[in-house]
Amino acid sequence: MEKKGPRHWLLTAFFALFVLFLYGPTMTIFILSFQGPNGGLTFPMRGFSLHWFVNLFQPQLVGDFGGSFRRSIALALIVMGLTVLIALSAGLAFRRRFFGATMLFYLTIASLIVPSTLISLGIGLMFAVVGLQPAWWSSALGAHLTWTLPFGVLIMFAVFNRFDHSLEEAARDLGASPWQCFRHVVLPLIAPSLIGVGLFGFSLSYDEFARSIMAAGSQNTLPLEIFATTTNVTSPVLYALGSLTTGFSLALVVTVLVLVLAMRRRRAASGHA
Amino acid sequence: MTMPALSAAPIGAAEEPARGARRLAALLPYLQSLPLWLVLGIFLLVPIVTIIAVSFWDDQDYALVPTFILDNYRDALGSAVTWSTYFSTIRYAVVVWAATLGIGFTVAYYLAFHVRSALWQMVLFQLCTIPFLTSNVIRMISWIPFLGRNGLLNQTLMDLGVTDHPLEFLLYSRFAVVLAFVHLYTLFMVVPIFNTMMRIDRSLIEAARDCGASPLGVLRHVVVPLSLPGIAIGTIFVVTLVMGDFITVQMMSGGQSASVGVMMKNQISLLQYPSAAAQAVILLVTVLLMVFAILRMVDIRKEL
Repeated sequence: MEKKGPRHWLLTAFFALFVLFLYGPTMTIFILSFQGPNGGLTFPMRGFSLHWFVNLFQPQLVGDFGGSFRRSIALALIVMGLTVLIALSAGLAFRRRFFGATMLFYLTIASLIVPSTLISLGIGLMFAVVGLQPAWWSSALGAHLTWTLPFGVLIMFAVFNRFDHSLEEAARDLGASPWQCFRHVVLPLIAPSLIGVGLFGFSLSYDEFARSIMAAGSQNTLPLEIFATTTNVTSPVLYALGSLTTGFSLALVVTVLVLVLAMRRRRAASGHA
Repeated sequence: MTMPALSAAPIGAAEEPARGARRLAALLPYLQSLPLWLVLGIFLLVPIVTIIAVSFWDDQDYALVPTFILDNYRDALGSAVTWSTYFSTIRYAVVVWAATLGIGFTVAYYLAFHVRSALWQMVLFQLCTIPFLTSNVIRMISWIPFLGRNGLLNQTLMDLGVTDHPLEFLLYSRFAVVLAFVHLYTLFMVVPIFNTMMRIDRSLIEAARDCGASPLGVLRHVVVPLSLPGIAIGTIFVVTLVMGDFITVQMMSGGQSASVGVMMKNQISLLQYPSAAAQAVILLVTVLLMVFAILRMVDIRKEL
């Protein structure tokens, strides 16, 4: 489109700096998490060891990383499943006109832009008023869904807006029932997007902080535990924890990307069925 | 949750759709949207209504007393601390907005108009979005080795002879808060602006160029106006995220800077729920007014 003049290279340099800005700090703590046992929170590296990773799994440490990690994974899996199902179901509903559709859409957007602290406080108060104990599997689950569902629904919106209706018509003309049409035409076509919605659901929940803080109850999720740790732990064990959980997130994202690409390639190879 | 589709099966199975089946088909969108209604009703609407109700309540001995008093609002709006905190928070919002817009627009522009291969475009775009799927708390912590008293930046500056003592303002300051916000939220600008730019008809740009527009002229008179909906969506994201934030301000300023969120969080820690609820309602009204103002200026409906 543009000639590769100086403007192009200037912009390329700007983009490279932006990527460095995005990833640089995380890479720094990744390196520092291998500090030697006498190393501190900043450079220089005093030796090279797995000391802080080992330290992380020792019980004398403040906090309960194992428990909060398991809770966060369980919660993220539940949120992922519910986000995919509810967003898909709502996405199908929005393909037709129905009374209250506009209202529901605005409510979904509101769920995204109402400050997280407020939702957290509201859910905490609601549980207090009703007399229920908040817990990660009830109040925090609801709080996370208010964050993941808008993303899921908006992705489904984009997917169905671009969806080629003639494929469904063709299936129907060939005698497919609505269920067969959904199962054998619509579902395979939107499967990669559904995996994307699932990835968003899992990751956003796994890393969720602001909406959980008042809604998680007495048992912390991992981000809450990490935040609590920042106030009283000042050793590279914090970095080890950060490296592990970021590594986990990245591994997940890369796995899903590879999976989706493989699905696309397979479909392309089979000549679009 | 595949229930709705299942329940639709009989319609096609019957040779002639019966009236009952047609009625079922008309009902289908309602069944399909029901789960979303339920979740947002229970975990968004009811909590907000609860906050509004509690903001008129009283608290005695750390217990909520249902009544109707305006004291919480009177206290909140009558206190100079509230006003100065709002001023400080809005200042954060404006500075972060300007920075994320500048960076986000440039990055989106580069991706949309300067990266030619579709594959590279996708790869680089993903590269920008991946950090969104990692922990915000960790991303904030990761500034410590860089900005700290003995951090990389201070060492570099001292090595270069720019300064002879470590700069204290780098970490735990307003600067650090803004830097962390920009680091966390520029993505919310890049994605919507990139999406809008990808939809700009390339022939418009060629036409402008054929009419003699300079590259800057094309940018100013074609690209920017057509990217406004994306800019507006990004602005809504960034402004609402900054206005409601408490953790970034608390962590990166080391508790030395105020924001509306921090103020609310402090009241919550002191179990002053009605006061916190009143602050929450004021915050919600402020944020909604800002969103409406943005929506009045830019029509984003084409984007949805």
